[in-house]
Amino acid sequence: MAEQVLAADGRPLKTSLNRALRRQKLRALMLIAPLLLFILLSFVMPIADMLFRSVENQIVGETLPRTVVELKDWDATSGTEPDAAVFEALARDLSIAVEEKSHTRLGSRLNYELTGISSLFRKTGRSVDEVGEAAQDALEALSPAWEERSAFGGLLGTARWTADLDAWDGEGTAPAFEARPEMAAALPETTRLYTSFANMVGAEGDNPLTEKQWPIVSHVFAQEIVTAETPDGLDAFGQAVFSDVKAAMAATTLDDPKAIFIDVDEDWGSTDVWRTIQTYSPAYTDGYFLNSIDRLKGADGSEARPENEQVYVTLFIRTMIMSFTITVSCIVLGYPIAWLLANLPARKANLLMILVLLPFWTSLLVRTSAWKVLLQQQGVINDILVWIGLVADDNRLQLINNQTGTIIAMTHILLPFMILPLYSVMKTIPPTYLRAAKSLGATNWTAFWRVYFPQSIPGIGAGSILAFILSIGYYITPEIVGGTKGVFISNRIAYHISTSLNWGLAAALGAILLAIVMLFYYAYDKIVGIDNVKLGG
Amino acid sequence: MKMTTKLMATSALVFAPLAAGAQDMADEMTIVSWGGAYSASQQAAYHDPYMENTGVTIINDESSAEAVAKLRAMNEAGNVTWDVVDVVASDAIRLCDEGLAMEIDADEQLADGDDGSKASDDFGDLLVSDCFIPQIVYSTTVGYRTDLVGDTPPTDICAIFDTETYPGMRSLEKRPIGNLEWALLCDGVAKEDIYDVLETPEGQDQAFAKLDTVKDSVVWWTAGADTPQLLADGEVIMGSTYNGRLFSLIVEQEQPVEMLWDAQVFDLDGWIIPAGLSEEREARALDFIKFATDTQRLADQAKYIAYGPARASSAPLVSTHATLGIEMAPHMPTDPANATNTFLYNYEWWADYRDDLDAKFQAWLSQ
Repeated sequence: MAEQVLAADGRPLKTSLNRALRRQKLRALMLIAPLLLFILLSFVMPIADMLFRSVENQIVGETLPRTVVELKDWDATSGTEPDAAVFEALARDLSIAVEEKSHTRLGSRLNYELTGISSLFRKTGRSVDEVGEAAQDALEALSPAWEERSAFGGLLGTARWTADLDAWDGEGTAPAFEARPEMAAALPETTRLYTSFANMVGAEGDNPLTEKQWPIVSHVFAQEIVTAETPDGLDAFGQAVFSDVKAAMAATTLDDPKAIFIDVDEDWGSTDVWRTIQTYSPAYTDGYFLNSIDRLKGADGSEARPENEQVYVTLFIRTMIMSFTITVSCIVLGYPIAWLLANLPARKANLLMILVLLPFWTSLLVRTSAWKVLLQQQGVINDILVWIGLVADDNRLQLINNQTGTIIAMTHILLPFMILPLYSVMKTIPPTYLRAAKSLGATNWTAFWRVYFPQSIPGIGAGSILAFILSIGYYITPEIVGGTKGVFISNRIAYHISTSLNWGLAAALGAILLAIVMLFYYAYDKIVGIDNVKLGG
Repeated sequence: MKMTTKLMATSALVFAPLAAGAQDMADEMTIVSWGGAYSASQQAAYHDPYMENTGVTIINDESSAEAVAKLRAMNEAGNVTWDVVDVVASDAIRLCDEGLAMEIDADEQLADGDDGSKASDDFGDLLVSDCFIPQIVYSTTVGYRTDLVGDTPPTDICAIFDTETYPGMRSLEKRPIGNLEWALLCDGVAKEDIYDVLETPEGQDQAFAKLDTVKDSVVWWTAGADTPQLLADGEVIMGSTYNGRLFSLIVEQEQPVEMLWDAQVFDLDGWIIPAGLSEEREARALDFIKFATDTQRLADQAKYIAYGPARASSAPLVSTHATLGIEMAPHMPTDPANATNTFLYNYEWWADYRDDLDAKFQAWLSQ
């Protein structure tokens, strides 16, 4: 074995070198760390968070945890509504949700899938406290002690919790509820519901012992007490509960949530609502993505939406075709200008450059509105055409509020993004090449096409990528000049973000758009090669 | 260091009496509205007098058009920077459903009417959501060019579907709300049955079929300024827009345009207070709302813009325009002469059907 080479301090040279390099790398990393962190925090994370919404669906399971579990075994194709146990679970979940005011939120979420659920939840939320009235009345008839607002708290909560509440000064949130273990074992669901009640009331700064408990607590208590086993070590009140109340509740007819809900709205008796809840109960869903490609989650798997609701696929295809058209018109218009810029004497070129950049510095809205004035039927262009007699006055050209309008305005807006990279690439092509080609006998066209053009392709590539990617994401200009046939998919994304609040669908549409862009980029890399893209010298 | 301490001590001394008088209310608030002439009318009628009375600084933000999305984003970030937000009723319902707006008890938290009526009676049916405090009634109605519609100017809403008598382009709002109701109304459906019909797939098909008959002659607008511009340029012969926009086109800019009040669709605009404000800010927001929606203040706003006050008790107090000096009452959508045939959106119905019908409307547009 060869002897190890040692550095001056006696360590092996290799280790010493590695250490020096590592330090150097670390220093380099430290230098770019602020930028890296900035990009991560302000760019990567928000986008990831937004894209995550396209599959996220926890709201159903979180708002209706009991219902989702009970509903698992229901057969949506059976044609009958779920049994009483599911309605019972729904009454409990909704009672909590109404107090949290989360039921309307769930309603608007599910309304994206089935029209009418929004008001169904709102309406049901107003009547859910009817469940439990019978139980409460029966309890109060049995003993006036149940009229006390502290009755349930005293029965279910520990003495320490009651004492803490008595000592509480009413500032901030009340002490958290502490259940007696024996009660939690004997009356588990009642304890859970009372815990929700006590903590929610406490969080609002009120004392749970002086507030009326939710009717659903009485309802569930009346159910559970009948079959509950009597715990040991009860006080007099507790013993009375487990003997007298138990007997009395066994003889009481309790509220039937199923009857109450169906009475509030007959939709609860149909399978549609239940099937929607069941379909969307998992924490993650592909529903938004299916919606983005004009499909929906049907009874068995995905199926196409009715034809009069299909819109997104058309819009995706239109966005692609029009962006492509816009990019090509940018090349056609931009190439000669860039060539002029690169070949004119510096003074003239600078003036031309300012003309190219001037619209670039003008507000986008101003430019788009200016196009409106120019292109409309009573606008400048049509007026001139009529004046010189090219177009009849009663047959003016339709140049705006259609695809033509979008293509014209967008080409104008994106033109500098094509011209600038083209110009900077052309600037680096030595004019001697053309002269050399001509001196070797090439015609003007051959010299341009065989010698000059191939060298300018990197500029076209860079400009096209810029123009195309910017164009598929545009929505302000198409909205203003595009009418009905000239709008892009981004207009729908903007609508779902700002108006319908269906962020899941917006995220799914955005994710698909992103995937398409990456696909194009990949194809471009394979066909032209991304190394061939140049933004400058 | 010393300097800052001193400064802080002085400012604490200066502000101490103010803060004590204001009962733990924030002394700065951000109010969000629509901008333009509408915000100017609010500034004159509400903000200026309120700032004068209380010494509070009001910061204006013109983001009402994106208020729903922004409020949700703020709420998720846990940092709501707005105190009072001006939104249309349908947005208020959505915000309330999403838990993003605070619920208001009208009788307890709003001022009683000048005529002694309870706030809930004074606003009446206009309290369409638990979170919504109505401010104005505006309407979407049709304006037409007097010089471009021939000798028989239109008298009813169905003129927009009558391309034979009134050939030429018309502008309609690029959304289903309003248009579908008009389509059914002009297709022979009785006014009280419209929402029942629109609930069925056949009824929706019927409405779209009626819109089909004018689809080629429609310019679809998205911004309130579009139709006035199109009318002024002669691009369209008639078009729907907000009545206040038509008012300024006709009265202030003196264009040859007339208003068709028939089947005007009433809509409401008002305030909401975002959920999750700190106690001081919430108290300040409530104090402002109570002031800005009392009988006199609502009547004052009508001096600057042609929208009707949402309180019944404000109607008799509506006076003349602040600069033009003309009587404002005849220009109000709620004026009896204008309100012979009106519509009030069925908000609850639209809250349900909005997403569904919007998808169908967009699909129909792109066909």
